[in-house]
Amino acid sequence: MIGLIDANNFYVSCERVFKPHLEGVPVGVLSNNDGCVIARSSELKALGVALGAPAYQLQPLQRRQGIELVSSNYELYGDMSARMRTVIETFSPSVEPYSIDEVFARFDSVADDELETHCRQLRQQLRRLTGLPVCVGVAPTRTLAKLANHIAKKMPAYHGVCILRANDDATRVLMQSTTIDQLWGIGRRLVERLHLMDIHSVWELRSADPKRIRRRFSVNLERTLLELRGIPCLEMHDGNDAKQRIMTSRSFGRLTGEFDDLREAVRQHAQRGAEKLRRQRGLARAVLVFLRTNRHRTDHVQYNPSAIVELGHPTADSRLIAAAAGQALARIYRPRHWFMKAGVMLLDLVDAERQQLALFDAPQQAAERERSERLMDTLDTLNRCMGRGTVRLGMPRDDATWHLRCAHLSSRCTTRWDEILRVKAR
Amino acid sequence: MVDFIIRRAALAPPAQALPYPLVRPRAGFSGFPSPAEDYEQRALDLNERLVKHPAATFFMQVEGDSMVDYQISDGDTLVVDRALEPQPGHILVALVDGEVVVKRYEQHHGRPLLCSGNPRYAPIPLSDRDCQIWGVVRAVIHEYLV
Repeated sequence: MIGLIDANNFYVSCERVFKPHLEGVPVGVLSNNDGCVIARSSELKALGVALGAPAYQLQPLQRRQGIELVSSNYELYGDMSARMRTVIETFSPSVEPYSIDEVFARFDSVADDELETHCRQLRQQLRRLTGLPVCVGVAPTRTLAKLANHIAKKMPAYHGVCILRANDDATRVLMQSTTIDQLWGIGRRLVERLHLMDIHSVWELRSADPKRIRRRFSVNLERTLLELRGIPCLEMHDGNDAKQRIMTSRSFGRLTGEFDDLREAVRQHAQRGAEKLRRQRGLARAVLVFLRTNRHRTDHVQYNPSAIVELGHPTADSRLIAAAAGQALARIYRPRHWFMKAGVMLLDLVDAERQQLALFDAPQQAAERERSERLMDTLDTLNRCMGRGTVRLGMPRDDATWHLRCAHLSSRCTTRWDEILRVKAR
Repeated sequence: MVDFIIRRAALAPPAQALPYPLVRPRAGFSGFPSPAEDYEQRALDLNERLVKHPAATFFMQVEGDSMVDYQISDGDTLVVDRALEPQPGHILVALVDGEVVVKRYEQHHGRPLLCSGNPRYAPIPLSDRDCQIWGVVRAVIHEYLV
């Protein structure tokens, strides 16, 4: 069985661990530059505030409803994400982060009748050790685990842990009452096309003919269907279709401690991620870089750092993304460790078309953006027509700095000595 | 001279535990491992000493004088471990009325109290206020102005 552990309203929960007065209050996390809401507490969602709402529109609500707005604090979120993963590793031999706040973990060695207790303990320990509330979904396949997690989140009766078995009545009833738009990797347009085929519930998709689904749609949707039947078809790294995050990572052929090796890997991953991002017409707000040592080598000192660098503005420019990734790597690299793996995650993606930044931009910035888009188009065309890697970027300078406006930035209390939490002795 | 060396050391970049020795010493041409190899040790690491549960450990800075009787002064750094089960006698970080405070956990006639180490501050009963234990203080770091 495989589990998906997902933190509830992750950014807001991270803030609440260190700011108890935010508990129970509507909280919005703002992007630092364009000042729009990128994460919401459940109380803020209940007030009808949409993701992406500009901060200035919230001012009346802020006065009336006592909304608290904080600037995104990626350093803190990155550190809390690493802590979350560390705790999960004590519960599973095989753990793979899927995004900053979601982790897949295998529970194959846990006996079936102990699985629920195991997951409840995991959830409780995460809350106790890191302060983060999470939900756990467990099932034979990733698609089902994602669905189980969704159910654990939405239905209070599950108390945060939902285990779905492929072929039992409870799973069937849940699938019948869940609409397909809740499924992993199924976008709005696909939903409309499925509706035309009279497929509305998850159960109806599961019961469709896989061959027909493959012919009418794609092999991806056929895989989703088979996964719903409990047949694993998706590997850890196929998970990019959700379009909310992009992750590129790979293990090195051999363990390495060389900065140049790591930098080259990170550069490649960043560039590859940026390409994927452009293909789905998205922009990213932040870049996370992580390194892994080999945890099975008990004779090596373990060091599994990660760092996030926020981009100056949402972008899909390979140069900016690679530069930010290089900066993040420089921050976490320590010599004389044997690293097994490096990866790059693009976070907080927005739709390029829906991004109306241009409205607020100076003409100069708009021109720059246009140039960047043309350059990236050319880059992609060349790589598509003449083979991947035809045109690559050198690693841009690491010393590029981002100038951020962070009016409501909470302290980076787990990564900076001069910003650690103040505790009152009064 | 000694003073000079110490000051130089203070200016050097912060020391870090060495994960593995830079060079593996080998004795002569034979390639036999040096007998010293078995005794090779990493430098002492304060993290190892003070941080027992890295994922659950947080640092905080003290503001105020309510804990002076327990040798916790204004400006000290607390090593707070959320993995520990709070016991009477522990120094705790707790949330009281939306504030983060440091107190000593005590029991009087079976009643749990959050007490200060300074007679000017009254004990707070843990039961009848909006109180929550955040973590247990494992160590206090007091740095001198040198």
